[in-house]
Amino acid sequence: MSEQFEPTIIGFTCNWCSYRAADLAGTSRMKYAPNVRLIRMMCSGRLDPTFVLRALSSGADGVMITGCHPGECHYIEQNYKALRRFLLLRRVLAGLGIEPERVKLVWASAAEGARFASETTAFVEEIRKLGPLNWGKTDDRQQTMDDVESSVVNRPSSEMEVPA
Amino acid sequence: MSEKIGVYVCHCGTNIAGTVDVKGVAEWAAEHLKHRGVVIGRDYKFMCSSLGQELVENDIKELGLTRVIVAACSPHLHEKTFRTACERAGLNPYLCEMVSIREQVSWVHTDKVAATEKSKAAISGGVERVIHNEPLEPIQVPIHADTLVVGGGIAGIQAALEIADAGYHVCLVEREPSIGGHMAQFDKTFPTLDCAACILTPKMVEVGAHPNITLLTWSEVEKVDGFVGNFKATIRKKASYVNTDSCTGCGICWEKCPKKVVDDVFEAGMGIRKAIYRPFAQAVPKYPVMDVENCTYFKNSKCKACQLFCPTEPNSINFEQKDEILEVQAGNIILATGYDLFDATRIPQYGYGKLPNVFTSLEFERMCNAAGPTEGKIVLRDMKTAPKSVVVVHCVGSRDENYNKYCSSICCMQSLKFAHLVMERTGAEVYNCYIDIRTPSKDYEEFYKRVLEEGGHFIRGKVAEITDAARIPEEEGKLIVQVEDTLIGKQRRIPVDMVILSAGLEPRHDAKEVGKLFGIACGASGWYTERHPKLDPVATMTDGVYIAGCVQGPKDIPASVVQGAAAAARVLGKIQQGVISLEPIRASINKDQCSGCRICNGLCPFNAIAYIEDDNVSDINPALCQGCGTCVAACPAGAISGTGFSNEQIIAQIDGLLLRNLEPAGV
Amino acid sequence: MKQYAYYPGCSLESLATSYNLSTLEVAQTLGVDLKEIKDWNCCGATAYFPVDELLAHTLVARNLALAEKDGLSDFVAPCSACYKNAYFTNAYLKKDPDLAEHINYALEADNLHVNGTMKVRHLIEVFIEDVGLDEIEKKITHPLKGLRVAPYYGCQLLRPRKDQENVENPQFFESLLSALGAEPVDYPSKTRCCGGSLIITNRKAALDMVHILLQDAVNRKADVIATTCPMCNVNLEVYQGQVNREFGTQFAIPVMYFTQLMGVALGIKPEKLGIGKELVSGEPVLAFAY
Repeated sequence: MSEQFEPTIIGFTCNWCSYRAADLAGTSRMKYAPNVRLIRMMCSGRLDPTFVLRALSSGADGVMITGCHPGECHYIEQNYKALRRFLLLRRVLAGLGIEPERVKLVWASAAEGARFASETTAFVEEIRKLGPLNWGKTDDRQQTMDDVESSVVNRPSSEMEVPA
Repeated sequence: MSEKIGVYVCHCGTNIAGTVDVKGVAEWAAEHLKHRGVVIGRDYKFMCSSLGQELVENDIKELGLTRVIVAACSPHLHEKTFRTACERAGLNPYLCEMVSIREQVSWVHTDKVAATEKSKAAISGGVERVIHNEPLEPIQVPIHADTLVVGGGIAGIQAALEIADAGYHVCLVEREPSIGGHMAQFDKTFPTLDCAACILTPKMVEVGAHPNITLLTWSEVEKVDGFVGNFKATIRKKASYVNTDSCTGCGICWEKCPKKVVDDVFEAGMGIRKAIYRPFAQAVPKYPVMDVENCTYFKNSKCKACQLFCPTEPNSINFEQKDEILEVQAGNIILATGYDLFDATRIPQYGYGKLPNVFTSLEFERMCNAAGPTEGKIVLRDMKTAPKSVVVVHCVGSRDENYNKYCSSICCMQSLKFAHLVMERTGAEVYNCYIDIRTPSKDYEEFYKRVLEEGGHFIRGKVAEITDAARIPEEEGKLIVQVEDTLIGKQRRIPVDMVILSAGLEPRHDAKEVGKLFGIACGASGWYTERHPKLDPVATMTDGVYIAGCVQGPKDIPASVVQGAAAAARVLGKIQQGVISLEPIRASINKDQCSGCRICNGLCPFNAIAYIEDDNVSDINPALCQGCGTCVAACPAGAISGTGFSNEQIIAQIDGLLLRNLEPAGV
Repeated sequence: MKQYAYYPGCSLESLATSYNLSTLEVAQTLGVDLKEIKDWNCCGATAYFPVDELLAHTLVARNLALAEKDGLSDFVAPCSACYKNAYFTNAYLKKDPDLAEHINYALEADNLHVNGTMKVRHLIEVFIEDVGLDEIEKKITHPLKGLRVAPYYGCQLLRPRKDQENVENPQFFESLLSALGAEPVDYPSKTRCCGGSLIITNRKAALDMVHILLQDAVNRKADVIATTCPMCNVNLEVYQGQVNREFGTQFAIPVMYFTQLMGVALGIKPEKLGIGKELVSGEPVLAFAY
C-alpha cells in the first residue's frame, strides 16, 4: 500500500435509483475507489441527519448521500426532503467546525452506473485532500457522541425540518 | 449476545473469489465477529445453487441459527432466494440479510487486499444490522370487489367491460355527457380503415346496458380516500337538468332549443350544438345535458322551450336539479382519462387560428366523419370548395424541443390515413412533410406502402412556416408551406389549398391535480408514471391504482385496448386473491411518545399519516404507507419507527461498517 | 424618475444619427431620463463574435462595467445588435464564473470590474413596459390616423428568447403602433432577418432577403416600414434601388425608426427627429399627422 491517506467513507443509497446505479456499475465492471461502504435505505428521505453525524463521529472521514434525481423519486418527492436536510446539515457541520465538504449529495438514476462510479472516485479524492477527520478516534468518543446526540438529535431535528 | 448468526460467503465462481479472499473473509467473520454472535462462517462456490441454499437450511436446523448473512451478489438479485430458504428451514425470512460483495466489491475493484478488507467491513455492517432485525409478517388487507374506472374512452370502456364480464361490479365515471372519448370523434381507424363508430358503438351500448356497470357520465371524481382494497371515492354528478327516469332521449328538446353554441369539445369547433344537447347521435347514455353557461333560461330567466316541448309524462326537464355528491367504494381504481390535443396556436408560424385553411387533425377527423359538420365532405373553411392540393404536417408539437420532446406515436399513421382519405375523396395532390416515418406495428408499414403507391408525396423535412404571403403569381391565394426537403437538400415552397396539422398528444391539462387526487405521479413529460416502464406498465407506485391508455403515454387504439384489458386483468387478479399481502416495510408511530406536533403529516406523499385530534397524536395507516422512511427521519420525538429500517438497524450498520464492533464493547 | 444608462452604439453616431436624435427627443418628451455612458466603445457588432468570442465579450463587458460604475440598474440600447450582444454577454458572465474572471482580468487594465448586475434592455421595451402604452397614448397630439405601418422587428430584437415571449409572432410593436393611432399591418415577415452584414459579403443573398421584406410590406399595403435597428433600416432603405434593379421591381417605400413615428405622433418637429435625411422620402408619412 502506498503511504497516501486512504479515507473511509460511508455511502447512503436509496433502494430504487442509486443502489441500482451501484449495481449497474458492478454489472458493467466499472472501476472506482474502494473507500466507500454502502448502506441501503428505502429512500434518501429516510436519511436522518443523525446518521451522518454518527458516521463521522464513529470514524468515517466523509459521507456520501445518494438518491434518485429530483422528479424521479420512487416515493414521488421525498428526495427533495433529503436535499433540504442536506443543505441544513451542511450548515450544522460548519457550526461544529467540520468541513461541510465532507458530506456530499449525488443524484444517480438506476441507469447512471458510470456517474455513480465517477462521483465516488471524485469524492474519495476530495476527502483525501481534506485529510483524516479524526473525530471519534480519541478516547472520549462516547462523550463526543453524547454531546452530538444531546445537541443535535433530540431537539434540532425539528428545526432541521422545513415544513412541506 | 443471544443471537446465533451464520455468515455465508459466496465465490460466485471466480466472480467474487477472483478479487476477494472469500475463504479468508469467512474465517475472519467466524473469528473476529464471534463476540457479536457469529457461530459459523462458511464460503461456498455458488450460494444460490440448491446445494448452497441447503447449506443455510441445514445450519438453521442443526446449529439453531437465529440470523443469517449471505455475502454474495446484490440483494436485488437473490434476497428473495435466501429469505425463502430461511423460511423453509423455519426461520422468519426477514431475519436474513444480504451483503453485496459482487456488484459493490469484486466487480468494481481490482486491488485484492482492499477488496477483501471492504468485504469484511460490509459483512461486519450486515451482522450488526441483522442483530436488530425483527421477525416480520406480510400485512394482510381484504379487497373490496368493486372497481372504479375513471375515464370512458376506449381504454376505460375495455377495462370496465372485462371486469364486468368477469362478474364483478364496476363504476365507470366520465366527465363528458357521453362515453366514447376521442375514438368516438374519429371517422376511420388505421390501418384497416374500418369506421370508428361501427366498432366502438356496440361496446358503448354494452357498457350502458351491462348489469355489472354503474355508468356515471357528466361526473367527476373530487376526492379519494382509503387505500388498496378499500378506496372511497367522492364523485360529483353534475346537474344535467334532465330527469333520466322519464327522459326517452327523443331529441325534441334540443330540436326546439333556440340557442346555438359552437361545439368545441366533440366537434372540435367545427360544428354547432344547442344549449341542451347530446354530443352525438350514438351517445351513451342517450340523455341530453344542459349547458348552463349558454342556456337562455339560466341567463335571463326566460325561454324554457325545452320544458315546454318535452313530450314525456312527467316532464323530464327539471330546472331545479342540483349537483349530486355520491360516494363509491372500490377495491381498485383504473385511471383512463386520456389526452388533450396539442394546441396548435402555440406554434404561430404554422398559422393555425389565423390562416383559415389550416386545420388540426381533430378538425379534419370531424370533417371526414359522415356524421360530422360537412357530412364527410373534405372542403376548405368556406364549407364548399374542395381542395386541389393538401399538405399534412407531421410532428406538430411533438419531437420539438420547444414544445414536447417525445414522439406522439400516433401521428405518422394518422397522417397517412389523412393522406389516403384526401386522395380517395378529392383526388387532390397530398404532400406529407415528416421528420421520420414511424410505422412499427402490425400492418402499419404495409399501409404506408399503400399510401406511397396511391401517389402520396413525401417530403422529409420539418415545416418551417406556413404563410399566405405570396412571392410569385402561382402562390397568390394559396397557403405556402416552406420546408427544407432534406433528401434533396433544397428549400421548397409548396403552394397548396389546405394544410392539416397532425397535432401531437399532450397529458390532460389537469393531469397533475388528478394524479395528486389518486396519489400517483407524473413523469417529466407529464404522463403518469407506471410502476415499471417495461415489466409493469399498467400498475403505479400506489397499490391498487392502475393506469390504461394515453394517460400513461401516447398510444393508438389497439395499444389502449391492450392496456385497458391488462389493467382489468391485474384488478381481477387482485379481486380473486380476496386479501393481499403487502411488504411489511412500514413506519409506525409510538403513541406514547408522539407529541402531536404534526411535522410528519405534511411529509407523506401518500397521505398515510393522519392526525387524530381526540388523542392529540398522529397515526400511520399501514396499508397506505409505502415505507420510504422520511417521517421516521423527521420525527423530533423519535416516536416513529420503521419496520425493516429502524434507527437501531442503521446506526448498528454504520458502526459495523466502520468496524467499531471489533473493540470489546464498553471500554 | 429613474435614470437609464444609455448606450447609443456606433451606428447612431454615423449613419443612424436620425435614430439618435429621435430617441433623445422622444425620451425627453416621455420623461425617460437617458444618461449616456461616458467613454463607451463599439460592441463588436455582428462581426467580432465569430472572430474571437472572449475578446468580443470583453469589449461588450467594458460598456456594462462603465454602466455599473455609474450605479445605474438598466442598460438601454436602441440598436438591436448592440442590445443582443450586451444581453448575452451580461447573461453569460453571470452564468460562467470562468468567463467573468477572464473578462475582469482584462478590464483591470482599465480599472474596471463587471458583475453582470445590469438589466439589459432594448429601447422599445423601456417605452412599452416602463412608460406604458396608456401613458404614451395620453401624450399623443398628432395621432397617425390611417397610416398603415409594417412593424419590422427584425431578428436580433427577439433573440434573447425570454420566458413566455412569443418570438415567432410577437405583438408588442403592433400595440405600440396602435397607441400612436397608426394601423399596424399584419406583416408576415416581421421577424425575418434583413440580411444584416451579409449585404457586404454576399450581396445577392442579402438582396434576396431584403426583396422579400419589401415585397411583403407592399403586398400588405403598408405606407411605411418601422424599424428598431439601424442595420435593418439601412438594408431596407438604402438597398431598395439595388433590389429594384436586380428584381425589376419599383419599390419606393419609406423606412423609418419607430422613434421617428413616435416623435411625429407626439408632435415633435420633423427636423428635430432627423426626418428629411432619408433616401426614400418620409414626407408621405407626415401627411397623416399634420
